Amino acid sequence: MSDHHHDHDAHGHDVHVTHYSTKDYLTGFVLAAILTIIPFWLVMGNVLAPETTRYVILGFAAVQLIVQMVYFLHLSSKSEGGWNMMALLLTVVILVIVMSGSIWVMHHMNENMMPGMGPNSTHTMT
Amino acid sequence: MSEIKQTITGGSIADDVSGRYISRDHHPEQGTLLGFWLYLMSDCLIFASLFATYAVQGRSYAGGPTGAELFELPLIALNTTFLLVSSLTFGFAMIAAQAKNLGKARLWLVVTGILGLAFLCVELYEFHHLIHIGAGPQRSGFLTAFFALVGTHGLHVTFGIIWLVTLFFQLGKHGLTPENMRRLSCLSLFWHFLDLIWIFVFTFVYLMGVLP
Repeated sequence: MSDHHHDHDAHGHDVHVTHYSTKDYLTGFVLAAILTIIPFWLVMGNVLAPETTRYVILGFAAVQLIVQMVYFLHLSSKSEGGWNMMALLLTVVILVIVMSGSIWVMHHMNENMMPGMGPNSTHTMT
Repeated sequence: MSEIKQTITGGSIADDVSGRYISRDHHPEQGTLLGFWLYLMSDCLIFASLFATYAVQGRSYAGGPTGAELFELPLIALNTTFLLVSSLTFGFAMIAAQAKNLGKARLWLVVTGILGLAFLCVELYEFHHLIHIGAGPQRSGFLTAFFALVGTHGLHVTFGIIWLVTLFFQLGKHGLTPENMRRLSCLSLFWHFLDLIWIFVFTFVYLMGVLP
């Protein structure tokens, strides 16, 4: 109980719970830079087959997302008593539903269009 | 606080109550950052719908120019660099602010603002160029979705810069007060969030748009 009380007092004076460090930012920056340069190199240099490149660069984007969240946004399962993470997880769930749902529905709609009616009619005709 | 301390006599229930009370008590300071985070998450959903629109419309060229013909990757690489470096410089501003070094914090804010402006200039140049060669938003479904998505991100950067300039002058006037530190933390979240969205813009729109 007294521990709690003490903790509270400390918070009252010190606004910032997160402590930013130069090392964190530099690590994040170097990792992000590497994870940016590789996809650009893959696409501009035509290193891999286009189909493979597509998945590889999406993978790099996902990894960079996590890197920036950890090193720049200082996100952890503990920040704001876990509510940041909860809100993020809910957002990810909705995001996945919106994205995959749209792509799935519209793809099938295009597939079932009569030839020449879909937006990609020139592709389906030939 | 001492009153509350006296009324609690111990025991699990009382402890529980006190814990709840105290955590609620020190919430106001934390509340802003959590609330701002929730705003960012809802902003994420706006971008999710714009990305979904682009995913659906991204290949509907209507006989017009394709991404491979329009996008200039060196320009996008330059823009990505500006935004990524600005994320780092904002981090330095936060570190300086935490070390109570007002001058250094404001200096890094200026550097961040200039990088943001550079990003915006390159983007506006790109938009101007596209509209000039007849590849404006009304040309095809692909370009409508493109301008809506990238334009919304650009608008966010614009407002980020306006906020940054405002905060720069507020810091000059009031110094590193708890209120300004809170504002700085919110802007820090916002600025890094813009960079997060940009990762997917350059990957999903530009890099994948150039691929056959």
